[in-house]
Amino acid sequence: MNKLGLVLRELHRSELHLARDLDAVSRRHKADHEIYYVAGDVAGWSREHVRRIAEAAADMNIDLSARPRTAARAGEFAERFSDLVARRPEPSLLLLVDLRRLHQRAAGVSIDWELLAQGAQATKNADLLELASQCHPETLRQLRWTNSMLKVLSPQALI
Amino acid sequence: MTLPDGLWGERTPYGPGDPWPTRADVQLADGIGESDVERWVPTASVLHSNGDGLDLAVRGEQIVGVRGSTGDRINHGRLDVKDRYGWQATASDDRLTRPLIRSGGRLVETDWETAMGRVVDHSRRLLQSYGPGSIGFYTSGQLFLEEYYTLGVIARAGIGTNHIDGNTRLCTATAAEALKESFASDGQPGTLADIDHADVIALFGHNIAETQSVSWMRILDRLAGSDPPSLLCVDPRPTPVARHAAIHLAPLPGTNVALMNGLLHEIVAHGWIDRDYIDAHTVGFAELEKQLADYPVERAAEICGVDAGELRAAAQLLGGAQRLMSTVLQGFYQSHQATAASVQVNNLHLVRGMLGRPGCGVLQMNGQPTAQNTRECGADGDLAGFRNWANDSHIKELAELWNVDPSQIPHYGPPTHAMQMFRYAEQGSLKMLWVSATNPAVSLPELTRIRSVLAQHRLFLVVQDIFRTETAEFADVVLPAAAWGEKTGTFTNADRTVHLSEKAVDPPGQARSDLDIFLDYARRMDFRDKDGQPLPPWTDAESAFRAWQACSAGRPCDYTGMSYDALRERGGIQWPCTADTPEGTERLYTDGRFWSAPDYCEAYGKDLVTGAPVEPTEYRALNPDARAIIKAAEYLPPHECPSDDYPFALITGRIIYQFHTRTKTGRTPQLDGAAPDVWVEMSSEDAADHHVTDGDRVEITTPRGVVHAVARITDMRRGVLFVPFHYGYWDEPDDHPTDRAANELTITDWDPASKQPLFKTAAAALRRCPPEAERPGETVNTGGDAS
Repeated sequence: MNKLGLVLRELHRSELHLARDLDAVSRRHKADHEIYYVAGDVAGWSREHVRRIAEAAADMNIDLSARPRTAARAGEFAERFSDLVARRPEPSLLLLVDLRRLHQRAAGVSIDWELLAQGAQATKNADLLELASQCHPETLRQLRWTNSMLKVLSPQALI
Repeated sequence: MTLPDGLWGERTPYGPGDPWPTRADVQLADGIGESDVERWVPTASVLHSNGDGLDLAVRGEQIVGVRGSTGDRINHGRLDVKDRYGWQATASDDRLTRPLIRSGGRLVETDWETAMGRVVDHSRRLLQSYGPGSIGFYTSGQLFLEEYYTLGVIARAGIGTNHIDGNTRLCTATAAEALKESFASDGQPGTLADIDHADVIALFGHNIAETQSVSWMRILDRLAGSDPPSLLCVDPRPTPVARHAAIHLAPLPGTNVALMNGLLHEIVAHGWIDRDYIDAHTVGFAELEKQLADYPVERAAEICGVDAGELRAAAQLLGGAQRLMSTVLQGFYQSHQATAASVQVNNLHLVRGMLGRPGCGVLQMNGQPTAQNTRECGADGDLAGFRNWANDSHIKELAELWNVDPSQIPHYGPPTHAMQMFRYAEQGSLKMLWVSATNPAVSLPELTRIRSVLAQHRLFLVVQDIFRTETAEFADVVLPAAAWGEKTGTFTNADRTVHLSEKAVDPPGQARSDLDIFLDYARRMDFRDKDGQPLPPWTDAESAFRAWQACSAGRPCDYTGMSYDALRERGGIQWPCTADTPEGTERLYTDGRFWSAPDYCEAYGKDLVTGAPVEPTEYRALNPDARAIIKAAEYLPPHECPSDDYPFALITGRIIYQFHTRTKTGRTPQLDGAAPDVWVEMSSEDAADHHVTDGDRVEITTPRGVVHAVARITDMRRGVLFVPFHYGYWDEPDDHPTDRAANELTITDWDPASKQPLFKTAAAALRRCPPEAERPGETVNTGGDAS
């Protein structure tokens, strides 16, 4: 496997984790409606990225799953639990912790896209460069979203 | 149901560019003639956002009627049906006339000293123990400018809380956000007078015939005159607008972005665009072109469930217009991807270069009469004078105006929106909520949840209103307010027209104006500025207006060229109105210049999918030369789609006879009689499938609640149910079931950019009630004693 293959493999792993984490955070914070819905929406971007990475990998004879499990485990239980503790103050701190982790995860994915784009340019691989230039902006939007939600929600959670 | 044509009165046809003829509408109480009227007191309408100039008739210190002001630029003498009769409500014998406080689980009458003492004691205790973030204010789209500005100063500079919003969040938040996304500042580009000039009028999710009926009269008069305009109607319902439209598109609820992208795709593909305007005055067109590539007409038509041929015809109508006027309202604002869809209407005008000329305008409409003031005065998610919370120099300006330290004004994030405030109250970190002139116990989505939040013992709830609303029943303290006609102040309609509304009669009992109540609170709290002077320093409506003028100076909503006297003499004046433009400003952006310079603009914009704010540096790079911003958006499927269990798309909305939660219109015999109870509109195909005939009682359910309503069968789009949102429980027996308010059914979800709740994107089931059906449902607990 060439080195770009390694980058693709790593990107597939990190993007898949991000998709699962977004789904998990969405469900765990069902009572925080904006988190629930927006995390769900942007998880869709990561799922699509995973599919496209696998497609690109297949062209290089690397076998990566195009439709792996992206749903968080015990998602339904997490949703019910979120409803149960909707009146409690503690989930607001837990949400900050979760958003912080999501932000770090998205930052890792962003770096991986950066590496892929750089490698694609160095090896004049137009397809991979196109892939990176289409997907990376959405990762950056995920990154900005987690950052902005942290900024908006933290003052009230920390008083 | 077809509304009678008489609702819009006699036609006075006119042609393009001609003045709209006047029509002097008058409505007096039975037995009163014009000669019996002792005085006429000028005001404007408060039962919708059109801002029609009116005079109240007074005899024997009673309001006895109303007439349209023939010299007024908005209505040319006409009256909306609600204004014709709605004035009677303020004289209802169930007005609140004394403050109430909760004692032993019940609300009992008290005096102002005791009631305000309780509010002040509680505020002080919370400030000391938990800080300003424990206190929130939820106000209205129905107070006066002076009252919002005062409340905003009290909340932000007095208390120092970031938690202040209006029910405008439910009605006009997306209008403001769409304008901020495209022009980097609030402010309607167009004017209602564009109706006089347009050759195509496109109404996007806007049933203007019922929501701003006087402007519909203006359109009907154009349609009856020479060279009439063609109408495009986008609405799943067969509204009066749809019946008069050249083309009626009825998309599946929740698919507006796909529809707009399909229309824009066709318009750009055919080159029906103004390349020079785009090049000179906008940024972002290349991104739009890229986005539109994914939305050929066939794909858009499939997503929206409309005919591709009709979508093409609609694009052709828009693309061929010489003078295009567009209006947008709740069909977009309260639907999935609200801001993204509304922004595409702005884009339509930007790519066609149709702004700032007669007949070429966008009106991102408001629903409520004074919603524009909530926005400009900073009583909602914006800062006073359209200042930018993310721009430190704007915060400094406010701190200087109010003579407080900049750190006293919270600006570490966007002001908290209403839905987030209720979430903080649900979690217990917001411990006091002061609700003025609105009724969240009926108007917010998912009422079971809202009632459970309001009923919490740990939440101290203050309700300030003219009637004992459903929300007041949960209150710890109820403050009786003066109504329109009983106080003086100004307010601004959806096309920036400011009217002075003068006091005609005294308020009943001990009721006081909202301004006096807010100022009394400020004095009792002893808010002071840096020099130890009372904050806010003003004492009455006119001094508050002058303070507001100073705050507005140099900002887009500049009021410095107006005065109470000028408004008295001349009637409505459109802002900006300065020493240089004393007549006001009819259209914005006439020279293709925008208020979008990075140092000046109100907002840097947001990601339309995630709502994440654009960073200042990013904005500077994107738009250094103060152009308009063309913002593309991808379509996302709605969060709750029809399913096997819930096969219908449910939408809610307004009807012509009622306003808000019927606090006034339900107490007006003619209006109440015309639409006394909730109903559900459905298509004949769906009715047949569910064995429903017109007039049957049916049960509508969603995962959140149940409503029982009478079925009305119309030419509605198949698969869609419409329930009017006005009906609640104040006129029901005490042990009523909760099965009447449309918001029993709605979902808690909001647009990430505008934070406007989505009342038009839920999935529902329907069945015919067996004849002997009981009215099941939860019984309301209004005791305020649940924890």
